[in-house]
Amino acid sequence: MAKVFIYPSTSLILSDMVARWGHEPLGAAVAVRERIQTPGLDSPPLQMTPEQPKKGLKYAAVEVPSGVRGRMALFGPMIDEAEAAIIVNDADLAFGCMGCARTNELITFLIRQREIPTLDVRYPESEEEGVTFVTAIRDFLKGLGGSE
Amino acid sequence: MSKEYVPEFIGTVTKYVFVESPDLTPQMLAIRAYEISEGVMIKETCFGLQVTGMPDEIEYLVAALRKEDPDHIFVKDRGFPPGDTRRCRANLGGARPGYYGHEFEMGLLRYVSHGLATVRDAEERGEEITHVSSAGRTQKKLTVDKLKELINAEEQ
Repeated sequence: MAKVFIYPSTSLILSDMVARWGHEPLGAAVAVRERIQTPGLDSPPLQMTPEQPKKGLKYAAVEVPSGVRGRMALFGPMIDEAEAAIIVNDADLAFGCMGCARTNELITFLIRQREIPTLDVRYPESEEEGVTFVTAIRDFLKGLGGSE
Repeated sequence: MSKEYVPEFIGTVTKYVFVESPDLTPQMLAIRAYEISEGVMIKETCFGLQVTGMPDEIEYLVAALRKEDPDHIFVKDRGFPPGDTRRCRANLGGARPGYYGHEFEMGLLRYVSHGLATVRDAEERGEEITHVSSAGRTQKKLTVDKLKELINAEEQ
C-alpha cells in the first residue's frame, strides 16, 4: 500500500479512486484531522498555531505571505511523506485567492521536484473521457503495487 | 489570553459517503448503514452520509456500503466531525466551506461512474482497456500540419 498525494487535495474523486485500488490517499482532510484532534491552545477554526507558519518556512521563504506558509505546514509534510502523486490539471475547484493559487503552484512544483511517480490527468467532461480517466488512474495505481 | 483547546472525538475517523445512483438514495444507504454498524455515528445528508467512529469500524462499514453500488458510491475523508461548530452551516450561515468543491465534483461523478462500470465489465469479460493518453483526454489537440491542411482546403 503506497501513500499517494492527491491534488486538488480536497478532491472526492481522487481520494475515492486511491482508496478503491488499495492505497492511502494523502489529502487536506488527513492533515486537518491531525490538528483538530491534538490538544493545545485554542486557535480556531483549523487549530493553526503560530508554530505552523514557522514549519512552513521549510517550503516557502520568509517573505512569502504567511497564508502560503500556513498552508504549506499542512501540505509540505504530506508531500515529503508521499510515495506517489496524482495531479488533476486545470481543476476548477482548485481556484482560490492568491494564497491558494501560490500554494497550488508550489505544491505541484514540489511534487515534480521530488521525482516520485506522478500521474497527470484532467477531470472528465464526457462518458468517453470518464473511461479514459478511470483507466489511467487504475493503471497508475496498480503499477504502484498493493491490492484492490 | 489563549484558552485551552480540548478536542472531541479523539482517535476517530470521519468519512463522507457520497451516493450518486439511480437505484440507491441516501435514505436507503443510511438504513443499510444502521443495520451493519455498531456504535458508529451516522448522519444522513442530501448527498449521502457522514460516518464517524474508530478507524477499524469505519473501514468495515465503508467496505460494506461500497458493495451496495460499487460504481456509484464514493468515499472521502473529512477532517471535522459532523456538527462541528467551526464548520457546520447551522452556526456559520451559508454553505459549509468545502461544499462548492463537492458540488463541482458531484457533477462529474456520472462520467466517473460510467468509467468504473466500463472498466469493471471489461475486467469481468477478461478484456483489457488501456488508456489512450496520460492526460486523461481522448480528444487530441489540433496539430499544425492538420491546421495547414484545413487552411489549404479552405483556400482551394
